[in-house]
Amino acid sequence: MEALIEKLKIEIIQQLNLEELTPADIDPDATLFGAGLGLDSIDALELIVLLEKNHGVRIKDPNDGKEVFKSVRSMAEYIKANGKS
Amino acid sequence: MNVISSYCHIKNNRVSRNGFSVFEQKPEIAFFEFASAAFRNLGVAYPKFFKMDALCKLALLASEYLLSADPAFGATGPEHTGIVLSNRSSSLETDRAHARSVSNPEAYFPSPAVFVYTLPNIMIGEISIRHQITGENACFVTPGFDAGLISGYVNQLLEQKLVKACLAGWIELDGPSYEAFLYLVVPPQGTAKNSNFGPHSTKGIWDLGF
Repeated sequence: MEALIEKLKIEIIQQLNLEELTPADIDPDATLFGAGLGLDSIDALELIVLLEKNHGVRIKDPNDGKEVFKSVRSMAEYIKANGKS
Repeated sequence: MNVISSYCHIKNNRVSRNGFSVFEQKPEIAFFEFASAAFRNLGVAYPKFFKMDALCKLALLASEYLLSADPAFGATGPEHTGIVLSNRSSSLETDRAHARSVSNPEAYFPSPAVFVYTLPNIMIGEISIRHQITGENACFVTPGFDAGLISGYVNQLLEQKLVKACLAGWIELDGPSYEAFLYLVVPPQGTAKNSNFGPHSTKGIWDLGF
């Protein structure tokens, strides 16, 4: 799980062009939206693409999105439960 | 007669304001690297800059270097400021990136963050968001910098009192080639010795650029 979290941090920084951040700056349990990383709605769409493109995971129920993208850890847990990596 | 209160050029990895170089890097450095360095040089905390496409980065950089040093903008207020920009290549650079992302049906992953920049007037939106500018705006795509078109439009906005100041100019980017020429136009300021604003004076400053 920890390896997947670290991989996700790198992918998020690349996909969202978070040039000012390093993986160490991202707390895996911090909220991604709002006060945490301060991501916006376009970033949310990018994260959906990231899950499908890099991990073959598609979010089937849009209602799951809020929980899946709560933090890097919750994303990793969703990939672990539903993905190939 | 309205006047140009200040102007900014960005070209060949150099930023100049009112004819004086204020930031410079070696010409062989790629635009993205130069843009990041030029933005960090301002010491501004605005992470959104790094998410923008190249055209918007160029526009935002020019506006940042210009407006941060022009007291006329602060005195006017963003709600009374308009923006009139133009370029030749529209958003072609980002259009190409989007086209590449949807060209292979086996790897069809269009990026939302790329797609939102597939219009040239998004550069006006980014400047407006950054500086809370809510005045009139327009974006023209023309074969070259048309000083007559821009000055006519801007003067009309000012004379009809739709705005009290107007950010205007040329923001062009296509591949490795780029150039920004931005200026702030305001009504005559007392004893100010600025050039009268019109096609001739604007073109004159453009020609002086580098």
